[in-house]
Amino acid sequence: MTTDIVLNIVLLSLMAITGLAIARLRNLFPVAMLTGLYSLLSASLFTLLDAVDVALTEAAVGAGVTTVLFLATFGLTRAREKPVARSRTVIGLVVTVLTGAALFYASLDMPHFGDRNTPVQDHPLRERYLSTVNEEIDVPNTVTAVLGSYRGYDTLGEVTVILTAGIGVLMLLGVAWRRPDKRKESDR
Amino acid sequence: MREHTVLRVITKLLIAPIIIFALYVQFHGDYSPGGGFQAGVVFAAAIILYALIFGLAEARRAVSPDVLRITAALGVLLFAGTGVYAMLEGGNFLDYDYLAHDAIHGQQYGLLLVEFGVGLTVVSTITSIFYVFAGRGRRTNEHET
Repeated sequence: MTTDIVLNIVLLSLMAITGLAIARLRNLFPVAMLTGLYSLLSASLFTLLDAVDVALTEAAVGAGVTTVLFLATFGLTRAREKPVARSRTVIGLVVTVLTGAALFYASLDMPHFGDRNTPVQDHPLRERYLSTVNEEIDVPNTVTAVLGSYRGYDTLGEVTVILTAGIGVLMLLGVAWRRPDKRKESDR
Repeated sequence: MREHTVLRVITKLLIAPIIIFALYVQFHGDYSPGGGFQAGVVFAAAIILYALIFGLAEARRAVSPDVLRITAALGVLLFAGTGVYAMLEGGNFLDYDYLAHDAIHGQQYGLLLVEFGVGLTVVSTITSIFYVFAGRGRRTNEHET
């Protein structure tokens, strides 16, 4: 238990340091690397919280794919942040502090960390899923059963969203690969 | 990156285990953490790693973008098709009880098919998005560091 707390504190402080470093850097290549590191740290945090499914996704998407997409984008745009006038950074700071304060205030309404009297623990639906999943579906991983069967409609919707997002990106950017040779000549 | 021998050798060693892990997460998702989405993302990461080290053209030769477009749609079709098949067998849409004689077996077949559909769509979509981003003409910015 205490090691958990120590690990949580270490990971969260490392994430905060990474966030500050991202905010300070002007060159965007290290920023892409640091966002990858940030994702890896949060994946470790999810593993600590026993949310291994989320951790897997975060490690692969956040630390892997997104970093690569950032780097690919820098190939198309600039990889250096433009300096901004001081007056505008002040406005940005004010907005960030206000938003942060609002989020912090909202977090006070959330149940305490590890509280056993939360809806997740108390709600009758939890009992329903956990007790009947063995008779109805009989797979040990209840998460898969809930996502795939009890909440099948939602998952179908999510997959459709992913497909739609992919189609959108292909329609916006994918035209070029129909004639790759022509583009290469005009670009280089 | 063609000249980096260490990277090439290590990548070659890593890609097969990554893909096997993705397949494990996919088909063992009923028993252990993971499922279609996680498996698809890990599989896509393996393809992207291959593309980073061995070049985009080589990766496109191994995993064709045209095939990916079809499989992306096929995944959703498999998911929805499982639901429609359950309807044809007399149940509601996505009611896997009707997929087999036994309701529990039906549920398990349904989960397997549906998760496979999710994985197929995710791996195809993410790889396609990567291909598109990486395939855009790269301007050389000489004023960059």
